[in-house]
Amino acid sequence: MTATEKKQLMTAACKVRMGVIVGTHGAKAGHPGGSLSAADMLTYLYFKELNIDPKDPKKEDRDRFVLSKGHTAPGLYAALAERGFFPVDDLPTLRHIDSYLQGHPNMNTVPGVDMSTGSLGQGVSAAAGMALAAKHQGKTCRVYTLLGDGEIEEGQVWEAMMFAHHYKLDNLCAVIDNNGLQIDGPIDKVMSPYPIPEKLKAFGWNVVEINGHDFDQMESAFAQAQETKVVPTAIVMKTIKGKGVSYMENQVGWHGKAPNDEEYEIAMAELRAQLAEVEGK
Amino acid sequence: MADVKKIATRDSYGNALKELGALHNDLIVFDADLAGATKTATFKKAFPNRHFNCGIAEGNMIAVAAGAAAMGLVPFASSFAMFAAGRAFEQVRNSIGYPHLNVKIGATHGGISVGEDGASHQCCEDFALMRSIPGMVVMSPSDDVEARAAVKAAYEHQGPVYLRFGRLAVPVFHDEANFKFEIGKGEVLQEGSDIAIIANGLLVNEAVEAGKALKGGGINARVINLCTIKPLDEALVLKAARECGKVITCEEHSVIGGLGEAVCALLSEKCPTPVRCIGVNDEFGHSGPAATLLDQFGLSAEHIQKNVMEFVKR
Repeated sequence: MTATEKKQLMTAACKVRMGVIVGTHGAKAGHPGGSLSAADMLTYLYFKELNIDPKDPKKEDRDRFVLSKGHTAPGLYAALAERGFFPVDDLPTLRHIDSYLQGHPNMNTVPGVDMSTGSLGQGVSAAAGMALAAKHQGKTCRVYTLLGDGEIEEGQVWEAMMFAHHYKLDNLCAVIDNNGLQIDGPIDKVMSPYPIPEKLKAFGWNVVEINGHDFDQMESAFAQAQETKVVPTAIVMKTIKGKGVSYMENQVGWHGKAPNDEEYEIAMAELRAQLAEVEGK
Repeated sequence: MADVKKIATRDSYGNALKELGALHNDLIVFDADLAGATKTATFKKAFPNRHFNCGIAEGNMIAVAAGAAAMGLVPFASSFAMFAAGRAFEQVRNSIGYPHLNVKIGATHGGISVGEDGASHQCCEDFALMRSIPGMVVMSPSDDVEARAAVKAAYEHQGPVYLRFGRLAVPVFHDEANFKFEIGKGEVLQEGSDIAIIANGLLVNEAVEAGKALKGGGINARVINLCTIKPLDEALVLKAARECGKVITCEEHSVIGGLGEAVCALLSEKCPTPVRCIGVNDEFGHSGPAATLLDQFGLSAEHIQKNVMEFVKR
């Protein structure tokens, strides 16, 4: 990855984070914590990895992305808007009455959303179905899905993992956002899904562990995923919940709470400073 | 009755899938370790590359089918009604219903006539569950001819469809040469104006038999087959209510939430009419031979006939 490319990604990631804050502030609700932990990954996917065209969101041979942890819609919407699928100015209408930006992703109203999600554990199955269908149809597109580390407590996730391995879905890549927190507290206190990589390996998956805020590591992980044949790949990324907004970082209370006006100003000031720093590099 | 051909509608389902599979390459089938029983094995034998066993994991199967539909394929996802509509209800609602994806759910072993397996497998709640999902078409065909036509119509329909089939072999009473099927349209099998008997699934044949017997006793019942529970053929039901004045519904389903309540909801609003609902009362089934169970739970021609005679006198 060139320095210019990385700078572009870092710039976009700052803007995606701002979009998360703008969206959840506008909604007076929503899930900023997990949106911010996944913001770098969503940025990398939409600005580098995915074969997609914002001008042609339904392009037949596009790569598919399923946000299995659908509650982090603010992050997905911010990435889609920043990438040009719809106006960034629409982000504050998140969760508003009659807005197309529903609380959880709706494939029939939001350009660029490939699957409606929100009920945890189902998106990964849908992604597996897409990967199976793509192979059956002789399509070369790839399918990506993003899961939460709390989400993998759902039994269906493991049914899907079994299925994807059984049908040799090497065109499927599942990213697990290991930010360590779920609504009721730290995941190892609520219902530990650890050890995550070992469980995935036992299900036959190729597993790559990365820092979820490092674009170089993402690049090599996705390259490895593309090269891996016969078995699907899981990328387990360590992240910081609320990453980028000081008072939200690693705070479970920011899982599903919107910033008020004062908190909004603080968050935006911090993100603007980060953006200025990136752009000044 | 001895010379009447009997076929279980689950067999019709497998055969129809095979016929349709030869015509449409985008038709694929998912099953959850019950291919031999749901009869999707018939399709599998002909098109092994388009049949995907999901193992004993119905929730995953339903959402996998949703993903395949999002890619433009037309998946038929199959299991027993208990697991397709019951266990995987939330997957059907959120991954198929909400995005209105083009998945067909082929649910076999519906109702009490599952027989010996007992209550755990006798699903009498599937109509209620499936008809509560916006945009879901719900059908319960009555015999082989209608079941095969319903599968074909489901394939051609754009959007989610729930099809219920039975385990028990039932008489084939439709004449295929003159049979036309349309989703949302019922049919009058016997004319009459003393009372309307509205049935679906395997109770249609029982209703027909009851209708014949009643005629001998001087009661002219209009016997209606409503294969599609949703969308309901409102015009046909309203006409029957207006012209007959009394309605009896018959279904192999709980009296809660199925055909009977759908008819009652329509009539109470648009044409208040006395209705009696025959179905499985608010109780679980138990093991036993299908025919004995149908009789025990009041789902036989004799029981329908008795109810009509009582009801008409009132």
